[in-house]
Order: sequence, then C-alpha cells, then structure tokens
Amino acid sequence: MKARVTVTLKPGVLDPQGRAIHHALNGLGFDGVEGVRQGKVIELDLADGTPTAAIEDMARKLLANTVIETFRVETL
Amino acid sequence: MKTAVVVFPGSNCDRDLAVALRETTGVAPAMVWHGDTDLPAGLDLIALPGGFSYGDYLRSGAMSARSPVMRAVVAAAERGVAVLGVCNGFQVLTEAGLLPGALMRNAGLDFVCRTVALEVANSQTSFTSRYDAGETIRIPVAHHDGNYFADDATLDRLEGEGRVVFRYGESVNGSARRIAGIVNDQGNVLGLMPHPERVIEDAHGGTDGRRMFDGLVAALG
Repeated sequence: MKARVTVTLKPGVLDPQGRAIHHALNGLGFDGVEGVRQGKVIELDLADGTPTAAIEDMARKLLANTVIETFRVETL
Repeated sequence: MKTAVVVFPGSNCDRDLAVALRETTGVAPAMVWHGDTDLPAGLDLIALPGGFSYGDYLRSGAMSARSPVMRAVVAAAERGVAVLGVCNGFQVLTEAGLLPGALMRNAGLDFVCRTVALEVANSQTSFTSRYDAGETIRIPVAHHDGNYFADDATLDRLEGEGRVVFRYGESVNGSARRIAGIVNDQGNVLGLMPHPERVIEDAHGGTDGRRMFDGLVAALG
C-alpha cells in the first residue's frame, strides 16, 4: 500500500518561501493570487494493512515538526 | 573538565569547537560519532557543532535529532550534564525536544553571514557567568535557518523565566523577540545561533566567544 503525508505550516506561522513564490507569481503577471503557502509531500511505500495510526505516529515523530507544522495522511 | 563534541555527517564546525574547548579547558574533547550509542563516562559538557548535518534534509537538525547518539545526549541532559548547541546544534536541540520552539528559514530568505551585536539577556547561567547582564557582545552568525519561532505562551514563559539568554541587537533573521539563544528550564542546556567558537583569540577579530568557554570552565571545573 502507499500513503501520502502532506506537511504544511500551521496557520499563522510566517512562510517567507510562500511569500517569495507569491511575489514571483505576481511578477509573472498572475493576478488574483491572494496567498501562497509552501509545504512538502512525502510518499510512503508500506506493508499492506499498515494502520493509519502508525502513519500518523511517523508524522508526529519525524515527518512533521508539530511546533510549526500540521500534517494530513492519505492512504492510496 | 571533561568535554565531548558530537560529530554528525555534514557537521563543519566540529573542529573549531574542539579547538575552542581544548584552548579553554586545557584538554582536547572526545569526538563522538553520531552513530555511537554511548558517550564517554564522566562528561561535564557535551557540545553539538554547527554545520549542515544530513544536508539539512527534511528540516535542519531533524535527522540528527533522531540519530543513535542523541538518545545518550538527552539522557545526559536530563541528569544535568551541560549541553551546548551552536547553530545547527541549536536546531538539533529543538528537534530533539531538549529546547522548545523551532528554527525556521530566515525571514529575508538570505543566508546571513556576519558578525552581529548580541545583548546578554541572562548572565546568571553557567554559560554566561563571564558576561555582564545587559552587556553587548559581538559574535559571528552564519545560518539560513535561524528564525526562532515559538507560540506566544512559550515566548512569554521563556522571557518570564529568564530563559532568553542572548538577543540580537537588531533584527538579523526575523527571530521572534530577536531571540538568539535560550536555555532549558533546568538551565543546563543552551542553544544559540551565533558561533562563540569563532571568536576565541585576538586573531579572530574578537574574544567575546572565549568568555563563554571560560565561564563554563569556571562553573563546571
């Protein structure tokens, strides 16, 4: 089975990289972009039947830093 | 005084730190590889150096914080052994949970590499006894991820408990409340972004960093 963990900065945490991307999109003429937040996607190949709780544990212990980030787990 | 420097793959200030410890304590530190599970017995100070351990993969310090030797470092810190994390070492300490908060990409996105003015906000720790409270010292920084972040409640607690030890004289990287260095609640773990080991003799252009090591020698013997 596969799982996808999406890690994003918590709301309210300043994202200078997202802001720079936003600025660059404006520079390319893309108007109407109201905000950009950058995150990361981690794809896992897992033994079949790995429980979602175990994937969430991986996210909490390593994949995300929960001081500044939140995560979402999808099994595929 | 018995010291050790932990070396991670990608550390690049480990030898500078070793020279600073050798010059100030009179004894060369033990160099401990990140894959080791044990630390030498009887250590008074463990130092985590600057650099780009594991190429800053995932997040700065994230991989190193989970390396085998860190379990021994956490156990030693809990027993009261002094732990100093410089730059990447500070990032490792936050990722390992020994210090609160996180170090994020600099607000201006630039790698900042210059000597900065620091205010000594707490001169009562074993790391800062050779500084005067409120004194301004000059120590170089060299980092991309030095933008200290913690929630407001944590920042208030750090300030209320005197755990903000160094503060930038001006905004250097967007750090919350201009925080450059903090200690844990027991006061035996210090993390800071500036590099005291880079200013230990006159040829370096200053000796303000040496005073941290001299203070540690005085405090820890």
